[in-house]
Amino acid sequence: MASIQYREIDGRSGGFYVLLGALGVLVLAGLAAAWTMEHQGHHITGMSNRIVWGTPHVFAVFLIVAASGALNVASIASVFGRELYKPLARLSGLLAVTLLAGGLAVLVLDLGRPDRLIVAMTHYNFKSIFAWNIFLYTGFFAVVALYLWTMFERRMNGYTQRAGVLAFLWRLILTTGTGSIFGFLVAREPYDSALLAPLFIVMSFSFGLAIFVLVLMAACRWSGRPLGDALLARLGNLLGVFVAAVLYFVAVHHLTNLYLARQLELERFLLLDGGVYTVLFWIGQILVGSIVPLVLVYAVRGRAALAAAAACVIAGGLAQVYVIIIGGQAYPQQIFPGKDVSSTFFDGVIASYSPSLPEIALGVGGVGLALALTVLGLRVLPFLPRSLADGEAAAA
Amino acid sequence: MNPERRQLLGWGAAAAAALAPGFRLIELAQARSPQEAASVLQRWGLLIDITKCVDCDVCVTACHEENGVTGQGRPATDAQWIRKVNLRDKRTGYAQTLPLMCQHCEHPPCVDVCPTGASFKRDDGIVLVDKHTCIGCRYCVLACPYGARSFVHEAVSGQKADVPRGKGTVESCTLCVHRVDRAETPACVEACNRDGGKAMAFGDLNDASAEIHRRLRSEPSSQVRADLALNTGVRYQGL
Amino acid sequence: MTRIAAGIIAALLTVAAQADAPKFKIERGEACVAPTGEMRRDHMNLLLHQRDRTLRQGFRETRFSLKNCVDCHASRATGSVLGKEGFCSSCHEYAAVSIDCFECHSPQRQARTAARP
Repeated sequence: MASIQYREIDGRSGGFYVLLGALGVLVLAGLAAAWTMEHQGHHITGMSNRIVWGTPHVFAVFLIVAASGALNVASIASVFGRELYKPLARLSGLLAVTLLAGGLAVLVLDLGRPDRLIVAMTHYNFKSIFAWNIFLYTGFFAVVALYLWTMFERRMNGYTQRAGVLAFLWRLILTTGTGSIFGFLVAREPYDSALLAPLFIVMSFSFGLAIFVLVLMAACRWSGRPLGDALLARLGNLLGVFVAAVLYFVAVHHLTNLYLARQLELERFLLLDGGVYTVLFWIGQILVGSIVPLVLVYAVRGRAALAAAAACVIAGGLAQVYVIIIGGQAYPQQIFPGKDVSSTFFDGVIASYSPSLPEIALGVGGVGLALALTVLGLRVLPFLPRSLADGEAAAA
Repeated sequence: MNPERRQLLGWGAAAAAALAPGFRLIELAQARSPQEAASVLQRWGLLIDITKCVDCDVCVTACHEENGVTGQGRPATDAQWIRKVNLRDKRTGYAQTLPLMCQHCEHPPCVDVCPTGASFKRDDGIVLVDKHTCIGCRYCVLACPYGARSFVHEAVSGQKADVPRGKGTVESCTLCVHRVDRAETPACVEACNRDGGKAMAFGDLNDASAEIHRRLRSEPSSQVRADLALNTGVRYQGL
Repeated sequence: MTRIAAGIIAALLTVAAQADAPKFKIERGEACVAPTGEMRRDHMNLLLHQRDRTLRQGFRETRFSLKNCVDCHASRATGSVLGKEGFCSSCHEYAAVSIDCFECHSPQRQARTAARP
């Protein structure tokens, strides 16, 4: 470990400032959107009394889930003792923190009363999984910061494994909490399942690694650092396993629902005639997000294929979270089973929703914030090794 | 809850009332004084006989008038505290109509999920939102089995003095808590009995001497989504 | 010399402050629900305490209720505690302390209770 040389990125090139500037524009657009939503009220968004969580929540949940998954590379190095991944551990910790910050910013800025954030920090209802998540998220920052400190500070290196175990357990609980936000919703047929907690955990493995791979490739290329093919091939194999695991959990969830008569209409909606949600499920989540990456990683192979696979996993992941969050709300609640229901309040009908510009701007702003923080982190602290060429990584 | 258990609860409440110093049973039926807190001895509820519920919406109009719930002509985002729901049996075509609002559950999912505790149940069973601590996360809207909650999507003006409501917070039927505290019945019940089908009754589910209690223990009734075991304060007949 | 200058500046500031000081009329009633000094210092705490008692526990005492404040202090001209010379807003704008009571609560005196002496 001591033989790996880490170095900040230079940050003097024009490209660096263009990148940071572009990300800054995204962040500003997100802030402007949040400001408009707060002052005008949420009626300017696509959200309604039936779709209360919209596009911002898709981005927020995706980023939060990906954040805990991004830490996996570090966990593999220090919890499971794989030396090959050790040089990547710092970047993994950095991404975990920045992605979580981006996701939380979106979540908080979408609140009806974001000015009352202090209330959320001072009033707790401990029966609420949401309240637990506030502690899990803030605790995650602290735990990962500690973990990073043990990696950066030579005298603390001896504690890295212990800190890594703590961070790994914490992130498992955190994603369980995120999945349970939906899993605990007993009155909604699309949710109400303990399976959502482990599903969210494997989703986090997959999304987090996909983002990690892309950021790693971009950072090495733009800072002119060698990145070995063998290392990338290992990451590619891992990504394939995670994608397959997500596919497995999704299949089990749908098969269980298909077996239950009371869930048949829900499955018909999601898999057959749900319009945009059905398309997003089959084309977005299954084809682009699962099958294409598996083919790219295991059959095509190579650097470009891996980058494309990671991009596909991210796109498919966004589609999956969209179907879970928005499709799950669009499907009408079964208040009176066995009855056709109608009212002035959209009972018994598929709720309509189309994302509005402020919502998209806020969500993308969160992505911009996460990436901008990552770039700044790489600039000010030595997160990235000088070289990740195969020989050196293996020797380390 | 079965009638025997209900009866038992009623007796328990009566016994507790008789035993507590300064309380007399007769006081349960009267208005609380303003210096008195809402009491766990009471449980306010509604009994709605939908065989009498006709094709009108006076309950809805009265509620929204009483509580100052005015729309902006945007059905998807305007608040609705109570709504008329039309049912038609999928196989037989049998049609019914009924008013649906917050069911004032004994175990309200909205209260369980609220991160700040803004969503709460008062001692007398009325489920309310403390808009001072509501941060507008809308998790309760997702959790409610009855779709009873609304998020205030835009700025409000011209509120009623007794019914504060404002942008960025969640709201729902309060069982007209301001009227109940003055010993009046909720606006929907009053309107239904004046101008509608006389289908709605209001009362203390724990008070053995109340009419609603007598009907619940001697006539069939049901809860919406009884499978969730939330023990709703609003009960239906003829469903 | 510095003492005189300081004196002049202090005097000017006092005059300036009084020129800007909030103007409002107390519209009704002989006395408030508590001595003026106590109300000035503590009205926010009294309101906060009453708010939680009323909403959470169902007490309906009127003495420190916001409705009671508004009923006495709303302007005769506008019927409101807000506005340029409103009882609440004039002071709060002067002190630059923002309140969001009236995002939800009605700032208007109620016609029904206003008829009461």
